[in-house]
Amino acid sequence: MTVEALEADRGQAGKIRSRWSPYVSTVRYLVLFALACFFLMPVYVMVVTALKDSVEVSVPGMWELPQRLSLESFQAAWDKPAIRRGFVNSVLLAVPASLISSMLGAANGFVLAKWRFPGANIVFPLILFGMFIPYQAVLIPLTRFMTDLNLRGGNDPTGGLFGLTLIHIIYGLPITTLIFRSYFAGISDEIIESSQVDGAGMLRTFFFVALPVAPPAFGVSMIWQFTSVWNDFLFGFVMTSTQGWPITIGLNNIANVQTIPFNEAMASALLASLPTLLVYVVLGRFFMRGLMAGALKG
Amino acid sequence: MVTEKTAKAEQPDKTSTIGPAGIRLERVSKRFRGGVTAVDEVDLEVQPGEFVVLVGPSGCGKSTVLRMIAGLEDVSAGRVYIGDRDVTNELPQRRDVAMVFQSYALYPRMTVRRNLGFGLRMRGTPRAERERRVAEVAQVLGLDHLLDRRPAALSGGQRQRVAMGRAIVREPKAFLMDEPLSNLDAKLRVSMRAQLSLLHQRLGATTVYVTHDQIEAMTLGQRVAVLRDGSLQQYDTPQRLFREPVNLFVAAFIGSPSMNFVQGSVSGGTADLAGVRVPVPAGTPLAGADRQVIIGVRPTAMALATANGWPRLTVEPGIVEDLGDERYVIFDVDAPQVDTDATRAAVAARSADETSLLATERARFTVRLPTDVPVSVGEPLALSVNPDRLHFFDPQTGAALG
Repeated sequence: MTVEALEADRGQAGKIRSRWSPYVSTVRYLVLFALACFFLMPVYVMVVTALKDSVEVSVPGMWELPQRLSLESFQAAWDKPAIRRGFVNSVLLAVPASLISSMLGAANGFVLAKWRFPGANIVFPLILFGMFIPYQAVLIPLTRFMTDLNLRGGNDPTGGLFGLTLIHIIYGLPITTLIFRSYFAGISDEIIESSQVDGAGMLRTFFFVALPVAPPAFGVSMIWQFTSVWNDFLFGFVMTSTQGWPITIGLNNIANVQTIPFNEAMASALLASLPTLLVYVVLGRFFMRGLMAGALKG
Repeated sequence: MVTEKTAKAEQPDKTSTIGPAGIRLERVSKRFRGGVTAVDEVDLEVQPGEFVVLVGPSGCGKSTVLRMIAGLEDVSAGRVYIGDRDVTNELPQRRDVAMVFQSYALYPRMTVRRNLGFGLRMRGTPRAERERRVAEVAQVLGLDHLLDRRPAALSGGQRQRVAMGRAIVREPKAFLMDEPLSNLDAKLRVSMRAQLSLLHQRLGATTVYVTHDQIEAMTLGQRVAVLRDGSLQQYDTPQRLFREPVNLFVAAFIGSPSMNFVQGSVSGGTADLAGVRVPVPAGTPLAGADRQVIIGVRPTAMALATANGWPRLTVEPGIVEDLGDERYVIFDVDAPQVDTDATRAAVAARSADETSLLATERARFTVRLPTDVPVSVGEPLALSVNPDRLHFFDPQTGAALG
């Protein structure tokens, strides 16, 4: 036997395996599976109920699978103005709020990580501080302020949606700044310096060198921002009037009405949660991409 | 790689541009926050078209000097001139220098073509002109078939050439290179070194090159600046650094294998080198002195004893290293070894494993001998010392004497 073969052999035997180990891992997976089922129960009920037609829906039969698939409840939900208008409003709110917030966060993060200026060590913690201020704490001053600016629902032609977008852009800045700062901190200083020596100033270094490698950070930042803006209830409730209601308010309003069939409520909830899922699926693939490959030695 | 044809094509273009500029540092210092002085009042003048190497152990401030020339580091005191222009407070993008980084620092999302053209694009060179120059440089560096690749799809050597090409294509006032070869494997490094030399001959560009490798410094530099702890020790041609080091540090740092040192004394016109009287060159102040000194002997300053009248020294070889056409013989001499900060710093900079494994009080010497006479460990060997090639240093200050 060659030395290599011996080494390989020892490598195989190196992991000590007890007689019970196959059972141990089976039990481990069973436990995990049971826990997963437990947590997925509400989702299951939501999906099966949404797919039933109105005659089939009943509380005792809520665990049963639908006899025949029906999309009637989705149609009914979509026909409700609170849901359809809410959906459109939420898209109009969440898309610009997450895009603009991420763009600004990218600029902030770049400057704080790679273009240090005097006082950067004070500015960054101050921005981060914004992350730890709960919505409730700023609610009353914010309401007063937006009312004074005529950006709160009622007087505003967009029903407060424009003002709400502004609020979410600004409220998202701490987290997007943090995401981009951490990301850009991982980029080699030499690439930034190389671009400077090549004749690019701050803006051109940002646009030509830093932004092209930032899609993973955009992925994270957009997913985070989109989800939190889409799911926000409190600001939406306070800042908008009926025509500016985002879908979270609409969902709450139809669920509060006693007469609504369960299947329509569940279908509405599913509709309301689809966009965040979609954003995750579309942007999630940017996460793991090695965009820096080849820049440095090897 | 650099073909005759393209080098000629380069010529008319070179004359039409402003051409290389000199660089001048006047008492330049760098103090970092926290009070560390990385560079201490360095004066340095680089002639237009000259290839200057900054060399020294790690942490000696050589990279900081380079970064201050590039504008990537603020200057704490002193002035920096490129050409006739004072650029001390100028932004890097306005200095018109090109830099090659140790990590290459290629733009990862750009193709080789766009990497090469980026500097020209940022300076507003028209598209047609840009494409012509990129194509030209790509051909010189043998990158033409790689132009549409991204850096990730290149080998280490190819990335290195792209980094080099990105600097060349700009035709800047000066090239700054920060250990550009240190990430290549040993073989590639030697061939790139030769190509760098060729390239400099062709382009005639002012170049400041930073390295910790004294062989790189000696082979590439027209002049070499040796730095230690942020201050300039000696700035001279490689020949003079080797022949006339101004102090113990330079003497120990330059040359491979390094210079041998031993404690000794001078009196009555002769030096006591491990019990052997060696005449001190007449007419020097040292000839009349009576004092303790450190004596430095290059490994090539000793030879097998012949009847040439040189003082003789009989030694007992401890280690014999045969390299084919030359042979290193290592032995202890009967005199105390030299262990000053300067020699230690120089040795540590070379490589950690050059320090001796077996501690010894006696000075250890290495000599280079031809291979035609057999030498064996333990057998007494008669050597002669070339008295003209001894170096004397002050034991306190380390400064060269005589």
